[in-house]
Amino acid sequence: MVDTYYTKSHEYVRLHGDTGIVGITDFAQRQLGDVVFVELPEVGQSLSKGAVAATVESVKAAAEVNAPISGEVIEVNAELADKPGLVNEDPTGKGWFLKIGLTNTAELESLMDEEAYREFLQTLS
Amino acid sequence: MSDSQATDFDVTAGVLAHTPLYDLHRDLDARMVGFAGYAMPVQYPSGIISEHLHTRAQAGLFDVSHMGQAILVGLEAARGLERLVPGDIVTLAPGRMRYTQLLDAEGHILDDLMVTRLDEKDGRERLFLVVNAATKAADFAHLAAELPDCALAVLEDRALLALQGPKAAEVLSRQLSPGEAGNLLALPFMSAKGLIWNDTALSISRSGYTGEDGFEISIPAAAAVLFSKKLLEEAEVRPIGLGARDSLRLEAGLCLYGHDIDRTTSPVEAGLLWSIPKRRRTQGGFCGYEQVKQVIDRGPVRQRVGFLLEGKAPAREGSDILTHEGEIIGRVTSGGFAPSLGRPIAMGYVGVPYAAPGTQVSLTARGKPLAAKIVPIPFVPHHYFRGV
Repeated sequence: MVDTYYTKSHEYVRLHGDTGIVGITDFAQRQLGDVVFVELPEVGQSLSKGAVAATVESVKAAAEVNAPISGEVIEVNAELADKPGLVNEDPTGKGWFLKIGLTNTAELESLMDEEAYREFLQTLS
Repeated sequence: MSDSQATDFDVTAGVLAHTPLYDLHRDLDARMVGFAGYAMPVQYPSGIISEHLHTRAQAGLFDVSHMGQAILVGLEAARGLERLVPGDIVTLAPGRMRYTQLLDAEGHILDDLMVTRLDEKDGRERLFLVVNAATKAADFAHLAAELPDCALAVLEDRALLALQGPKAAEVLSRQLSPGEAGNLLALPFMSAKGLIWNDTALSISRSGYTGEDGFEISIPAAAAVLFSKKLLEEAEVRPIGLGARDSLRLEAGLCLYGHDIDRTTSPVEAGLLWSIPKRRRTQGGFCGYEQVKQVIDRGPVRQRVGFLLEGKAPAREGSDILTHEGEIIGRVTSGGFAPSLGRPIAMGYVGVPYAAPGTQVSLTARGKPLAAKIVPIPFVPHHYFRGV
């Protein structure tokens, strides 16, 4: 079973043990449109929940991606440098942004689970 | 995720006006945004890059009905308009159009516009004007106040469509009778003609703002949906939103009012001197002439240039432009990803000593320097139809 949690600003974090894979949701990539550049943090950087973790540039605008949870960046998706379009094609799969080593799992309680996020999206349309 | 930069595409508060094609955009699953007080399609499901590339390869249909359309009528309407613009209107032949600018008393740009001379009616000259959406109310008030001898008829009940791309002429001619198709295909760039489609009078010009061959079609609002649907039934035609309209015009090196030109820029520094013919430069007689003449005679202090960025990160409007030594020499006025080039480009103003093509600069994006060099514009060659 995969545990995925969501923010109201449309980031997700998918847990694998004490590692969290962070990206943006399908809703977010649709809102952005064609992604042409992703600026990722340095491996080893410490992020606190809500801090800017990455910047996504679409054809028309820039958007900031916030860390859904606190932790240290342990890997970034190097493939996005040449294929930023992966964020559009497969946002929750190959279009992931970074992996975080969780430092405070209690923070997950403030995030939405799959069902809550789906209900949240309903309120936006 | 949060937008870190305001854009024209942000939904504005308040009630947005609808163009005659609003329901069609919704049916086509467009993402609608607020733009100049109108709900407009920024993109359709295929996305901006695909729409952009499709327009360059085939034909794209744009709803530009938010723009202002008006007819200026008067015994000497052309001479009158020349008091407000530096372009040559008096010698414009019927059926020909010009790009020019409304200038203020300082010689700065109130708006840029297209002027087409129509046939005279009852001994009165008639000029068809197309102005920008965000400025149209101010433009029309300015024209009415400054030209009391003319009548200004604002066309509220007409849609404006643009069909742009290398297949535009072919697909548009298919909609017309053989005789009208012949008239259409004979139109050279920057000329216009009234044509009949399905018993409806269209005013069609061979013009546009993408750098491609194409047409702008002024059509009664009541006929606009059916006409658009007929065009969209053609295999070569796809609907194109404002997002791709912006990236297409940027690649074509064309100014966007409110960004690359505004009430702080002179047409000379904007690189629009080509639109001011010799007669007007020497004789003047237009609003702001002394200031424009001074800039022409002394040379501009700064000028609009193009930038090709070396990396993949785009620089946006408002980015500082710096020399190698870190001196700020200007500011980006338009910037983004160029789908036809697969890399980011930008336009902006720099001091004339720095404006030579090949000059290496850096553009600041979110506090970080991006390497770029100054290149000639347009970034992508124009493909206008100059005649057979």
